[in-house]
Amino acid sequence: MLQEIGIESIDELYSDVPKQFRLKKKLNLPPMLSEHEVREHVERLLGKNKSNRDTPVFLGAGCWPHHVPAAVDNIVQRTEFLTSYTPYQPEISQGMLQAMFEYQSMICELTAMEVANSSMYDWASALGEAVRMAVRINHRTEVVVPRLIHPERLATLQTYVEPLNLKIKSAGYNKQTGQLDLDTLKQQVSEQTCAVYIENPSYLGFIETQVEEIAQIAHEKEALFIVGVDPTSLGILKPPGEYDADIVIGEGQPLGNHLNYGGPLLGLFACRDRAELVHQMPGRVIGMTTTLDGNKTGYCMALQTREQHIRRERATSNICTNEALCAVASTAYLALLGPQGLKELGENIMSRTQYAIKELSKIKGVRIPVFKSSHFKEFTLNIDKTGKKIDTVHKRLLSQYGVHGGKNISKEFPELGQTALYCVTEVHSKEDIDRLATGLSVILGAKR
Amino acid sequence: MFRQARWNEPAIFELGARGRRGCTLPKIEDEVSELVGNPVKELPNAVRRSKLPGLPELSEVEVVRHFTRLSQMNYGVDSGFYPLGSCTMKYNPKINDALAGLAGLSELHPYQDESTVQGVLELLHKLSQWLAEITGTDEVCLQPSAGAHGELLGALLMRSCHKFNGNCDEKTELVVPDSAHGTNPASATMAGFNVVIVESNQKGCVNVQALKDAVSEHTAGLMLTNPNTLGIFEEDIADIAKTVHDAGGLLYYDGANLNAIMGKVRPGDMGFDIVHMNIHKTFGTPHGGGGPGSGPIGVCKELARFLPVPQVAYDAKKKWYFLDYNRPQSVGKIRGFYGNVGVLLRAYAYILSLGAEGLEEAAEISVLNANYLVKKLREIRGFELPYDAGRPRKHECVFSTKPLLKETGVRALEVAKRILDYGMHSPTTYFPLIVDEALMIEPTESVEKEELDRFVDVLRKISDEAYSNPDLVKKAPYDAAVTRLDEVKASHPKTMALSWRMHKKRNVLKDATS
Repeated sequence: MLQEIGIESIDELYSDVPKQFRLKKKLNLPPMLSEHEVREHVERLLGKNKSNRDTPVFLGAGCWPHHVPAAVDNIVQRTEFLTSYTPYQPEISQGMLQAMFEYQSMICELTAMEVANSSMYDWASALGEAVRMAVRINHRTEVVVPRLIHPERLATLQTYVEPLNLKIKSAGYNKQTGQLDLDTLKQQVSEQTCAVYIENPSYLGFIETQVEEIAQIAHEKEALFIVGVDPTSLGILKPPGEYDADIVIGEGQPLGNHLNYGGPLLGLFACRDRAELVHQMPGRVIGMTTTLDGNKTGYCMALQTREQHIRRERATSNICTNEALCAVASTAYLALLGPQGLKELGENIMSRTQYAIKELSKIKGVRIPVFKSSHFKEFTLNIDKTGKKIDTVHKRLLSQYGVHGGKNISKEFPELGQTALYCVTEVHSKEDIDRLATGLSVILGAKR
Repeated sequence: MFRQARWNEPAIFELGARGRRGCTLPKIEDEVSELVGNPVKELPNAVRRSKLPGLPELSEVEVVRHFTRLSQMNYGVDSGFYPLGSCTMKYNPKINDALAGLAGLSELHPYQDESTVQGVLELLHKLSQWLAEITGTDEVCLQPSAGAHGELLGALLMRSCHKFNGNCDEKTELVVPDSAHGTNPASATMAGFNVVIVESNQKGCVNVQALKDAVSEHTAGLMLTNPNTLGIFEEDIADIAKTVHDAGGLLYYDGANLNAIMGKVRPGDMGFDIVHMNIHKTFGTPHGGGGPGSGPIGVCKELARFLPVPQVAYDAKKKWYFLDYNRPQSVGKIRGFYGNVGVLLRAYAYILSLGAEGLEEAAEISVLNANYLVKKLREIRGFELPYDAGRPRKHECVFSTKPLLKETGVRALEVAKRILDYGMHSPTTYFPLIVDEALMIEPTESVEKEELDRFVDVLRKISDEAYSNPDLVKKAPYDAAVTRLDEVKASHPKTMALSWRMHKKRNVLKDATS
């Protein structure tokens, strides 16, 4: 090959790199290992971790433990999917394109929307993109979000909209129920509001029931109504499309994707079939079409003129690589569950959540849940009356009972005192929950 | 002879039958049901779902067969040659996938107590140090989910830095060459900058004089790929860096083409202040049909304070890895949690498998392969190599089929479609924008000489076909899962169907009017 090119060494191909910049030493990296050694090394490293296979973990808060059917793992390991890239040549990429179309379609069925894109990075960045989209549509200067929003989503939103000088207003809540305070919301929403955003179920697990009123408050001022969802709730909870949402976002991880220490995740993004929305939507979207001769159905990327590779600085977003394979996993997952399965999943989670709430509420000094509303999958547990700290209680729970407690949210919402956010899904057995209850009652009941 | 599977696979909504299920759930224990009943029934009507979602109902085997068939109508790196320029479609070692599936990672929750995640934190910490070494930067943030996400973060860091220095209002322009990836100007705009385009010179590199004219006190920075999208090394990089820095701007390195220079030259040493890496390109992790990828960024010391929280840190005294949130000047968060760890673990294993020598060799072979193709493809009728044909390319090369179009009427797009019939993926087409009828070819280091020769033979055959029977090429492909698709129809307001329910609605309307 060198002869063909007409050179004597590969180094000549780097002759145009200025000498002053050429690296004069070898990179300081660990020595090359054989495959066997790599396996041993990484297994030993990961062996230091304790996963929810070793010990029950009651953490959620945006990344939730669920059973991933073996068939889902098997499907996403098909290397024709795994090792392909963005389907720029649709004729040879029909498999991925059809899977993406089916993904979009299923997200529409879950949310009762008409259009979905083929994925965003995660819920948090999807929120940033959704609000930016609202600003592109109505050019307004404020957005209203709930006070009880996931702090990482709020932080991501702040980063995404900072260049727009958008003002983020925080909507208060009813101290008893956690429900949005509609009177103050009405005052906060004005002709300057680009969108009203809510999360349902809320970050703290309670279900927001005044959804229709909130939609109305937003729409009266011609603001968009954006709803963030945990899709595992949509077998039992009313889909946002039925309460007038304009944009629905959420986290698709619980639909067939493993925890993976918080990534990759799967940002859901759906909107109404209205031109002003669809043309401002960020991200890749797959459409159904036919062959040029009209004989066969096929799939290809649609509305590419919104995207960076065509529209460049005028694109609706810079997103290119997304979370396609996670979307395939979710499509397979939803196909395996079907409508009845999704409903039963919701019932299963809700029953276990209720069971945990009832069992833990027997413990003296525990207030659970903090808000008197219906809860799905997650709930708050307050221990102010015991005089103890969440962190120390959780450390003992882990070391003495082999149970990992929920997320300490005392610093996120100081007004809630010593409070933790617990998550219960279909993978938490009665035995796991009982073990948690036993551990907590002993630790909280102890003198010190 | 290549024949892609043609299953005529129906949309999944047309498969299955009522009442079928593909998966079971853990039974709710009797004691649980007795205590709580069915709490769903107690939900207020305002929030209870009244009608089940319109999902299909299939058995497990039906689901598996459906997706197996779909996968057979998809082409990946494991299927064959995939010279998609700028995307670095190299081989994805299987050991890395196997390791990524271990429960010690896949079943870890991001909010777990630090004592239970020391292994993964150590892995992330070491990886960030290795990536800093490879790019010649001082600190690496692993959080961005993709290259474009890293670009957005990089542009926001520029903003934070100028704000910190009190001149954010003045620093309003981000300079981008006309040969840049589309993500560059799009990211710059998202971060609130005005994009200033600087043209390339006849050698295909940044025109330094034009750059000098373009920069001013308003210049926030420059985004540059080096080697650039033509596969040419920007040899005036010292001058470029000085020009931008003298104007008080920062230099951003688009790492899409890092594969060409690993172990040879480092962006940090060339004067770049911010560098993103495409883990899914350079470090051999699978592209997943469009993602997940991962796009860490490395920065110089002065910018480290602005990185998103948390950074993975190590306390040597306590021998303890931890998540460091103590960054008061941080730009904030750009996503939930800490990054695409499932992807990053594969990169960790990849770097361990190759070591310093292996990474350098990967770069060398990728460049050797590209230059071999340059030599061979230049001999093909109708193909030309624009911009300084005498200069070596790096990991990729961009050919123009303008002569072919002129002489036969066959376009680059049609050449690309015809390549599919020969069982190979096409190069990137019509990019960079400064080349007419562009075919952007990146062979990577993963192919052997025989495969390169087969690719050359294929392009020669297609050229012959174009000159003897242009219609044959224009109507390609014939042997992919479908023949040429009507992409206009997919985006036309009257025919657009972006979901099954939209398709049903449109079809009903069509039936009603006919």
